[in-house]
Amino acid sequence: MKKLKYALFTGCTAKQSTPEQMMSTLAVAKKLNIELIELTEASCCGASHLQDYDDFLSLVLNARNIAYAEKHELTMVTICNTCQLNTAMTKYRLDNDEELKAKVNEKLLEVGLEYKGTSMVTHFLYAIIDDVGLDKIKEMVVKPLSQFNIAPFYGCHNIRPSELQNTTHKTSQNPYNPTSLDDLIIACGGKNVDYEQKNKCCGFHAELQAPKTASILAGTAIAGATDGNADWMVTPCPLCHIKLDTQMAESSKAVGRDLKLPVLHMQQMIGLALGCKTSELGLNHHVSEVNFI
Amino acid sequence: MTKETTQQVNFRVFRFNADEDYLPYYQNYNMEVTSKEVILDILNKIRDQDSSFSYSRNCSLSSCEDCAVKINGRPTLACKESVKAMIELFGSELTIEPLSKKRAIRDMIIDKSDFLEKYDSIKPYNISNGNEYLKESNEMQELSEIDSCVTCGVCYYSCPVVEVNEDFLGPAAFVKAYYFETGVRDETHRQRIEDLHREKEGLWDCVKCYECAEVCPSGVDPIGKMTKLHNMLYKEGDATSSVATSHIANIKDSIGKHGILAQLGSLSNLSATMKMYKKGKTAKPWSVPASGNLDEIQKLIESSSTSKF
Repeated sequence: MKKLKYALFTGCTAKQSTPEQMMSTLAVAKKLNIELIELTEASCCGASHLQDYDDFLSLVLNARNIAYAEKHELTMVTICNTCQLNTAMTKYRLDNDEELKAKVNEKLLEVGLEYKGTSMVTHFLYAIIDDVGLDKIKEMVVKPLSQFNIAPFYGCHNIRPSELQNTTHKTSQNPYNPTSLDDLIIACGGKNVDYEQKNKCCGFHAELQAPKTASILAGTAIAGATDGNADWMVTPCPLCHIKLDTQMAESSKAVGRDLKLPVLHMQQMIGLALGCKTSELGLNHHVSEVNFI
Repeated sequence: MTKETTQQVNFRVFRFNADEDYLPYYQNYNMEVTSKEVILDILNKIRDQDSSFSYSRNCSLSSCEDCAVKINGRPTLACKESVKAMIELFGSELTIEPLSKKRAIRDMIIDKSDFLEKYDSIKPYNISNGNEYLKESNEMQELSEIDSCVTCGVCYYSCPVVEVNEDFLGPAAFVKAYYFETGVRDETHRQRIEDLHREKEGLWDCVKCYECAEVCPSGVDPIGKMTKLHNMLYKEGDATSSVATSHIANIKDSIGKHGILAQLGSLSNLSATMKMYKKGKTAKPWSVPASGNLDEIQKLIESSSTSKF
């Protein structure tokens, strides 16, 4: 297989709060013969809040991150849904507004950078589906996950707004019935669980100011997956992972159920199927313990 | 002209009469549909078959709110939505439900009083002393985008926060508030801004799910307007001392110090943070790795900031 190469925008979470996501991304990339050049200069994308405070500053910082991917002449790959949304939104706005692009570049020029619009920005999920291909994944599976019912949890910023998201990958997704993560589960040999909350919100972005709202949303999602007979959940977003995995007690209380379900990162699921060592996947870093391995 | 085609479709339709039924149920209507039909045609046909079926319709031009329903969970205006497009999205088994099942009165008809009361509470009308103002053309463009809102409630009943927090005002009210706050004609400015700031009801409780942007049948982009309202709160110094504003202040400070966020553990939730720490999930705030070329980030924050706390 031809070696694929991307500029990796890790985002803050993989660096700071989900080390297992960083480890498993690298382990899976190695198995799939993907070279990832980490954008070590990148800043935070604004975590879906900075633009509320200062929209222009948010655009400038995100444009700077993309400019570094452009320097490498590579597609930028994100591993966090919110990084994907904020970065792709910046690209979309700058690519469609010459005046705005010029204003942003005026600032970037002060630090010797330029946003050109030459690099794509895509989530790792779609780099795998579009560039590696699900057939290739199927072919490479050595430990099919056939004994597991796996509930996909897409995360909002992977599927909405679809008008923007569908410009960032070839596999067009319907946000009311997305299939990409389901297809990946199937390619890994697992059984995908269909449940109402798979495309709903986990509440993460309101958990500080509205903890009750956030916990009810997370709890409803975990309960939906549980009622669909899921053995575990899987998500392409580390923020969804944090909300679902680390606050199982709060979610349980919010919906009046005793919930307990492991929540894996997409990369950990692929890694398990491709035969990565469990130590490479960081399964010991989960709060809701991964007890099925 | 494209040729008209026909197809057999099973419509699974929500039925409920609050006066008679204890619980709602679903009734199946199997019928042949043509590629030219819209969902409203199907509702009309069901009504022809079954006179007890209730729904509302009015303009049939997607200019009013009456015929809004959900197709396989996707809210839309029935008069606008082509059946063919829905089959392409969801297959030949389509579920038709009211905008909100828990507010159903009879079949597709719901009690929208919660939506309308909250919408009214932001004073969705121009309040002025009759003074005349000139509008700039860029302002007109933005306002006319919002003008296309038909108050259908589709964004409101798709909002997950509304679903779990009955005090939350919801996207449509915020959009309308922005309309009057940003326009030059309205003279009550401060009053609405303060309403929008209240905990549980106001802007800060949005979960950023983008459901409202996805569903709006008129292309209003409610969350985009909410971002602009947020910007307005900051520019005018109204965004002070709430959990949400200090969170954003922390994000900006951390980007300035490290390039990335120092800690994503939940500081308001010590028990969850401790659990994360035990599993090696929270990095130590005193050893945050800094972004490369941090000086560039700091310089850009200095030169590009347009808001102040």
